[in-house]
Amino acid sequence: MRARLAEAQSQLLVLAAMAAILATVPLWLHGSGRTVAIRVLISAGVGVGWNVMGGFAGQFSFGHAAYFGIGAYTGAYLLVSHGISPWIGMVVGAVLAAGFGALTGWLSFRYRLRGAYFALATFAFAEMLRLVVQAQGWLNATQGLQVPVRPESSWWMMQFSTTSPNYYFIGLALVVVLVAITILLVTSRRGMFIVAVREDEEGAAAAGVDGTANKVAAVALSGAMTAVMGTFFVQVFFFIDPELAFGPAESVAILLPAVIGGTGTIWGPVVGALILIPLGEWTAGIVRDPPAFLDAVAGRSGLDLVLFAILLILILLFLPKGVYGSLAHRWRR
Amino acid sequence: MSDLLAVTGVTKTFSGLRAVDDVSFTVEAGEIVGLIGPNGAGKTTLFNVIGGRLPCDTGSVVFDDDDITGWPPHRIARRGIGRTFQLMRPFGSMTVLDNVTVPAATGVTSIVEAREQARSVVDRVGLSDQVDDLAEALPTAARKRLELARALALHPRLLLLDEVLSGLTPAEREPLLTLLLDIRGEGVSLLLVEHVMAAVMRLSDRILVLHHGQLLASGTPSEVTSDPQVIEAYLGEEDLLAGS
Ligand SMILES: Nc1ncnc2c1ncn2[C@@H]1O[C@H](COP(=O)(O)OP(=O)(O)O)[C@@H](O)[C@H]1O
Ligand SMILES: [Mg+2]
Repeated sequence: MRARLAEAQSQLLVLAAMAAILATVPLWLHGSGRTVAIRVLISAGVGVGWNVMGGFAGQFSFGHAAYFGIGAYTGAYLLVSHGISPWIGMVVGAVLAAGFGALTGWLSFRYRLRGAYFALATFAFAEMLRLVVQAQGWLNATQGLQVPVRPESSWWMMQFSTTSPNYYFIGLALVVVLVAITILLVTSRRGMFIVAVREDEEGAAAAGVDGTANKVAAVALSGAMTAVMGTFFVQVFFFIDPELAFGPAESVAILLPAVIGGTGTIWGPVVGALILIPLGEWTAGIVRDPPAFLDAVAGRSGLDLVLFAILLILILLFLPKGVYGSLAHRWRR
Repeated sequence: MSDLLAVTGVTKTFSGLRAVDDVSFTVEAGEIVGLIGPNGAGKTTLFNVIGGRLPCDTGSVVFDDDDITGWPPHRIARRGIGRTFQLMRPFGSMTVLDNVTVPAATGVTSIVEAREQARSVVDRVGLSDQVDDLAEALPTAARKRLELARALALHPRLLLLDEVLSGLTPAEREPLLTLLLDIRGEGVSLLLVEHVMAAVMRLSDRILVLHHGQLLASGTPSEVTSDPQVIEAYLGEEDLLAGS
């Protein structure tokens, strides 16, 4: 009877346990390893955000850089030009991203875009933002924005010494919040409606569920969640430009964790990020510094990406529902 | 006016084809009305117009004193018209219970309460043993029940049932027939599209015959089956009437 509430509680407990374990990472991981860990967190966070729309709502987005970029640029602009805290920038960026998602989502659904056409529309919206931002002098056009370095650490300004574990802790906290939001969503009424619409929109309508409203809600929430990680990204790397923020490479990077880990599952994007980022590091390392028998590949730029892509294709060939998705599916049966 | 549903002058064309042609009829509260007609007569299209899935070209649909013509389907569902689909539309990756919780949850804000309601509807249609199965794993007979359960969970005042009995064995049909009579006993009206004539004749208070989109005849089961026009329309499809 209370299975759903029980499910929410047990998933939140798993999340709390994982967060406690992951909070110890800075104790033993330093230097570049920690940067990789922070990149895993960013990847997990954007993946969790994408998953609400692309996974649970079943609306495949090929343009989530739009939301990431809105978060990144809102935070960066408010900080650089007005000295406003990134925490506030994060909230403002999330609200703007939700608004942009609601508007573009509504337009796409209104004109009945589906499948590949819908995905292309999301791509077009992201490209549109990239081109617009590139042309804005007040956003420093193609040059991008640089976060001013402060003399002292500050939680309020989200800036610490480069060796501080605080970036990691903030990233972890954000991911935990985003996963918690996902858990609460999928165990709620709204979450059931969103999944029902994905499964069969006409059946859902006959069951009294408004397809458009629920899809728009999912897009808006997904956009806001992704934007939060965009703001955080700028604080970690001190820099953002239109290509990094809104470019197609970012859109792909955002959809990959969920696709590799398993779309429409709570843990899929997290598992996906844990695989993707280290795997990318490993392939880059192989090409930079190959074992003796692979000498020929040394320093061939681009080769690591080819290797990376081949490995991803292999993963999806053997585990088509993603690593976590496929294993969870087998477990169930 | 005691009419629960009043369909007036409804026409629906598909690029020239008059799938539903100037159809008018009413359904009273607590009444079971059978809608029969050969394949392609326009029965499903008429359901789609009443349920809001398709806009009609002309005419109106009035339900419980509300003109629902042009309302979106989800609003019509919430207003009290439940429907099943001839081509079933389960939420495949969701469990049977969740499938039924969705419509229940459109009426209440508490998911716990929606779940309790869904549970009792699932029991009622006889799916208790499959309550945690994924809908996509259900055999046809169980999917038909699931369609019915989803419609019932809306607490509808009118049910549009599109061939819920076809594809079932006589043994599977029997409990469903009893259930439908039970539901009517609670004051719910049924508009029933069915090819299984024996069942339509037994259940219906009144029968409407649709042919090439037009209403050919209406009356009690015995009136309709002895109508020469109806017999003419069904010529070559005697098997359909044979069951009566
Ligand atoms: N969406 C549609 N587009 C075009 N023609 C349709 C559509 N739906 C039904 N039709 C046509 O309308 C007629 C009535 O179909 P339908 O209502 O499904 O009949 P029935 O349910 O009585 O078998 C048929 O000729 C069918 O081919
Ligand atoms: Mg039909």
